[in-house]
Amino acid sequence: MPKVKFDIFESTCVPLPYENVDTDQIIPARFLSATSRQGFGDNLFRDWRYTKTGEKNGEFVLNNPAYNGKVLVAGKNFGSGSSREHAVWAIFDYGFRAVVSSFFADIFMNNALNNGLLPIVISDDLLKKLLGLVQKNPDTKVRIDLENQTFMILSTGDAVKFGINSYKKECLLKGLDDIDFLLSMKSSITSYENNKSIVK
Amino acid sequence: MVKSIKDGPDVLYIDRHYIHEVTSPQAFNGLKERGIQVFRPGKTLATADHNIPTKNQHLQIREELSRNQVERLSENCKKYGIELFGLNHPKNGIVHVIGPELGYTLPGMTIVCGDSHTSTHGAFGTIAFGIGTSEVEMVLATQCILQPKPKKMRITLNGELHNGVTSKDIIMYIISKISASGATGYFVEYCGSAIKSLSMEARMTICNMSIEMGARGGLIAPDESTFEYLKKLPSIPGINDLSSSINEWKELRSDTDAIFESELKFDAGLIKPMITYGTNPGMGMAVDDSIPISDEKDKEGSSSFLKSLDYMGFKPGMKLLGHPVDYVFLGSCTNGRIEDFRAFAQIIRGRKKANNITALIVPGSKKVEEQMVAEGLIEIYKNAGFEVRQPGCSSCLAMNEDKIPQGKYAVSTSNRNFEGRQGPGARTLLASPLTAAAAAITGKITDPREFITEENKIKK
Repeated sequence: MPKVKFDIFESTCVPLPYENVDTDQIIPARFLSATSRQGFGDNLFRDWRYTKTGEKNGEFVLNNPAYNGKVLVAGKNFGSGSSREHAVWAIFDYGFRAVVSSFFADIFMNNALNNGLLPIVISDDLLKKLLGLVQKNPDTKVRIDLENQTFMILSTGDAVKFGINSYKKECLLKGLDDIDFLLSMKSSITSYENNKSIVK
Repeated sequence: MVKSIKDGPDVLYIDRHYIHEVTSPQAFNGLKERGIQVFRPGKTLATADHNIPTKNQHLQIREELSRNQVERLSENCKKYGIELFGLNHPKNGIVHVIGPELGYTLPGMTIVCGDSHTSTHGAFGTIAFGIGTSEVEMVLATQCILQPKPKKMRITLNGELHNGVTSKDIIMYIISKISASGATGYFVEYCGSAIKSLSMEARMTICNMSIEMGARGGLIAPDESTFEYLKKLPSIPGINDLSSSINEWKELRSDTDAIFESELKFDAGLIKPMITYGTNPGMGMAVDDSIPISDEKDKEGSSSFLKSLDYMGFKPGMKLLGHPVDYVFLGSCTNGRIEDFRAFAQIIRGRKKANNITALIVPGSKKVEEQMVAEGLIEIYKNAGFEVRQPGCSSCLAMNEDKIPQGKYAVSTSNRNFEGRQGPGARTLLASPLTAAAAAITGKITDPREFITEENKIKK
């Protein structure tokens, strides 16, 4: 789907200091029955956000009024497990535009980039520092500049350059889509088929 | 590969695309919005498996949203000319079970599906991996996806497996050693004498769980076992001369001077029947072992470790043997093949299910179900007090009614023990079909080797 352009922004952060947050936690399987991409944000982190009886769990960070913002900061190996793109749709639909961690699962990373959600990998040390700062002061802001690939904690001035492949970066900056690109390659694809495909 | 983009991903051509009801509707919506057709409908195969009931499949699906998804799949397949083995079709089943058993998965192919366990097909020497829905749309529209080249890891397993140790234990052992993210960014090749000795079903179990250590995919080079498996299939779509294809497939192996960015070696003789104690597949141990005191691989992660044990109702240092179990689940794309039902049957044969156990016995496909009938397995299950259900993903992800209730313990032959995976509050203990069978008979966590005598050797 065509995306909006990804601009520079500053935002407060929502801390999720757990490791190995899998996509079943992000969006449990029983909420995957929809056939559109919208509305998944309501069930983001459903089983952490609500109690067994369906009330809001006051201890969970999304229910803490002190925390909001467009940046989710999570422990390492975020997005592991199921390939469900619904996990990315839920995070995006809720209002996040970037997820910061020291390590992402592969499929989640691809899915995020395909939906205009920027995964930013920072070092374990900086992640620990950022989580500490945000937990101490919910007003801690970060600045994300995709064009220059820089991530900065405003209050401390800690700034790092993050990695992203240049094709994906251009797609995000211009709001482009992989399918448009692939459709433009139809003739190369057909000639490949004529020469190489195993099952004709 | 069709084309390489400078500093970007490669354009990879897909030989076989599998789809199912849950991760495809939004992709079809995308095609509709763009006003384009499916580029190569003959290369996509569809099944309904994730959300379907495992009882009374001939009746209308009760849950409205699930029914809607299954109906949408049928409509989309009809509209775009895609072959569908839907609910009640004699070839229906879990996508990663039917692909190989119907001859759609062949050595050397590139295979994708909107499901992370697509790595299963790597057992045939394919490049197979899970994708998201945006990528499903790309494949439908162009038969290609954009992929960065993964790093390569080689895992060598030599030595002899002990009796009662299955391929499920092998992969759970490896994941417990390298953690749930130990292979992230890699494509894994499994080799060594212990891998070579395994059947195709057993190899699929290993490749299936590659994703549980973060790998994009896992594969095993095709050999005589692969070719024998293919020769026994009634037919292989698109292949007229199997022996000439086999000659080509014999060439599919890593170059002797291939460079692997990571190289790991394990001894099969050290592996015991495994069980998980936590909430990710890396939290596994030998069934007769004790839960670690802390996360030995990562001291910093101790709060996640304790949170996980707390969810499971376990304490550090605890032994699990003898711990009561409420549910047993046999099935899924990991252990839903005929060999798995034979292995389970060897332990329950002539015995009775424990009263405290609710068992979910779910074949991976209609073909597996048929074979269970043909081999008399259904009778063995019935006589031991087990009801055999109809095929589907079932309790592995509990999208249908097969949910494990809050706080209950389930010994499961599936692939994920995440919080709530088998239902809100469910506590999953991953294990092999043999360990699951032992728990089903005793009602508690049991070492399956207790059921194995010299005369009654069980091995996989």
